[in-house]
Amino acid sequence: MSVKWLAGIAVALGLVLAGTPLVANAGQTLDKVKQAGMLVCGVSTGVAGFSQPDNQGNYAGLDVDICKAVAAAMFGDATKVKYVPLTAQQRFTALQSGEVDILARNTTWTLQRDTDLGLDFAPVVYYDGQGFMVGKKLGVKSAKELNGATVCVQPGTTTELNLADYFRANQISFKPLVIEKLDELVAAFFSGRCDAFTTDRSGLAAIRVSRAPNPDDYMILPEIISKEPLAPAVRQGDDQFHDVVDWVIYALIQAEEKGITSKNVDDQLKSEDPDVKRMLGVTPGMGKSLGLDEKWAYNEIKMVGNYGEIFDRNVGQGSPLKLDRGKNDLWTKGGLMYAMPIR
Amino acid sequence: MASDTAASSANVLRPKRPPPWNDPAVRGIVFQVLFVAAVVALGIFLVHNTMANMERQHIATGFGFLGREAAFGIGESLIPYSPADTYARAFLVGLTNTLYVAVLGIILATLLGTLMGLARLSSNWLIRKLAQIYVETFRNIPLALQLFFWWGTLRYVAPAARQAWQPLPDVFVSNRGVTFPVPQSHPVLLWMLVAFVVGVAATWLIRRWARARQMRTGQPFPTGWTGLGLIIGLPVLVLLAAGMPLHLDIPHLQGFNFSGGNTVSPEFTALLMGLVIYTGAFIAEIVRSGILAVNWGQSEAAMALGLSAGQRMRLVVLPQALRVIIPPVTSQYLNLTKNSSLAVIIGYPDLVSVANTTINQTGQAVEGISLIMAVYLAISLTISLSMNLYNRAVALIER
Repeated sequence: MSVKWLAGIAVALGLVLAGTPLVANAGQTLDKVKQAGMLVCGVSTGVAGFSQPDNQGNYAGLDVDICKAVAAAMFGDATKVKYVPLTAQQRFTALQSGEVDILARNTTWTLQRDTDLGLDFAPVVYYDGQGFMVGKKLGVKSAKELNGATVCVQPGTTTELNLADYFRANQISFKPLVIEKLDELVAAFFSGRCDAFTTDRSGLAAIRVSRAPNPDDYMILPEIISKEPLAPAVRQGDDQFHDVVDWVIYALIQAEEKGITSKNVDDQLKSEDPDVKRMLGVTPGMGKSLGLDEKWAYNEIKMVGNYGEIFDRNVGQGSPLKLDRGKNDLWTKGGLMYAMPIR
Repeated sequence: MASDTAASSANVLRPKRPPPWNDPAVRGIVFQVLFVAAVVALGIFLVHNTMANMERQHIATGFGFLGREAAFGIGESLIPYSPADTYARAFLVGLTNTLYVAVLGIILATLLGTLMGLARLSSNWLIRKLAQIYVETFRNIPLALQLFFWWGTLRYVAPAARQAWQPLPDVFVSNRGVTFPVPQSHPVLLWMLVAFVVGVAATWLIRRWARARQMRTGQPFPTGWTGLGLIIGLPVLVLLAAGMPLHLDIPHLQGFNFSGGNTVSPEFTALLMGLVIYTGAFIAEIVRSGILAVNWGQSEAAMALGLSAGQRMRLVVLPQALRVIIPPVTSQYLNLTKNSSLAVIIGYPDLVSVANTTINQTGQAVEGISLIMAVYLAISLTISLSMNLYNRAVALIER
């Protein structure tokens, strides 16, 4: 009757059919994607700054740029990406069943997802934490004052679990209102059905700026109640493709550290720095090890930009969200962004 | 030549068994066996393949997760539940929520549908047309849209908790739902339940006795009023005899929500309204067709016997109409129950909603979906079975 049933059955069928042992094997996503000439990327159904279609239907956001970077590194063309919008509940089964090749959908890296769900995570692309948004007229200054509150939360998220944990730990009660579709949930909150809305603080900022009837009527409470390291995920046992995604992300961070941007990357080809020469393929070898073209890093930086550019354009000062770099700054500037050596 | 003719004439008289590949009996058995074997083989292949694929992708399998701590909250529950309970308990909460809305929905949809079905046959033009408008409107709008409509209306029209309307003392209507006082738990409630059951049983016995007497002597007995008096009166007597020990749990505004009393959430109300109004429209048409299926001659005969309009409907028309009505109404009950899974789109924590969260938190989609399917199958079969038994009871007994 409901779409959910169909989705469930489709998922079950997907698990049955996706790569029957006779047809496919683990670790072939890289070949499959290369052959298709197109990366299928699972994104959110619309979180400003991370993945949201603009008014021309082109996806933009930090998560989207990670997919673009992978496509640029693989094909030398950042547009060779097909985006599949997924709700929080659909995302893992879509990846497990092979509907998408990579999940870049502000997804928190946890032990259970890494193990039970059969996923592998690439490096963290955004260090986040969960918070609460409330209406200012509620007169609440701290999350600890939310005793008895009705809280809007998306089902199937770490947020849903952290919420229960936080209220349990503080021995206060709450009523969750869970709706899978973010639009409906956000509408319920802004119509006053819930006292508080909870999700990652970046998500709260995005919703406050892009959905609130009047953003100034709403505030984000100071508490950060969890660690939410958001990372792209691939299927477990898909080691070669996993490696590619890992190093595409490291190259973005390394490029920022070395001051290589989409604007100056052509000049940097003449750099005498051996690190830069290796990364940009002037000294060949890295691409071959990854099974990619030697221009892989050059292409992604040229077409998408380094991590700092991506951050600034989508969620930082160059965006409506205006989030601080904070923990997402380079390790050399007190943040957590640290690329493994490309050599 | 002669022997040939004899043989062929014997063939004509007693045909020789055809070869096995042309023998309908043999062919029938062979094809059935082959078909069953193919189905079983396909089943084994699918199950095996699923297991192999999940194993290969390192996806956890099995129902062991049911014993683990659920760690997520559920908005409303008929049984005590906290995030420290297990996934199995969470499923049970979802199941009770589904049954709660389905049972209430079936009862109310039947009442509304019967009323509207009778109204469509009313001799009053206005009533007839209003009932027709109701049926044609709500039967032809997708249920999901109706649910969004009711839910949105309830949310936007009702005020915030702090400015709640108070239509009756201690009853509050806000966008958090309708909050009303309920009696605090007390032993007398159990005794009132016992009195209620005794009342029902006594009514049944009186009805049997009254029928037998009417058959024998033709003297009627006001069974309806007596029964009503017993069923309501006995529990009230028990309450009075105990000295009215009940105290109401009065809701009061605490912080930003009500505490105390009982609250019916807008999600539940919207879901119930949607299911009842949608299914009621279908039932109305079934009731109307059932009544129209009873030959007008039956009514004329009843009139000739001098029965009143009410008696005509109750004693002559409805018993015959029920035979036509019950089988399609059973389908509507099944539809209502299954449609209750649309609860997820407006955030009522029914079985599917809880199962979806569970599937996502544990990653065990195959197990979760199997549980949902098994539960809905069990509910549907139970409804079918009881309705079939009822149908047998009212079916025409041919002599």
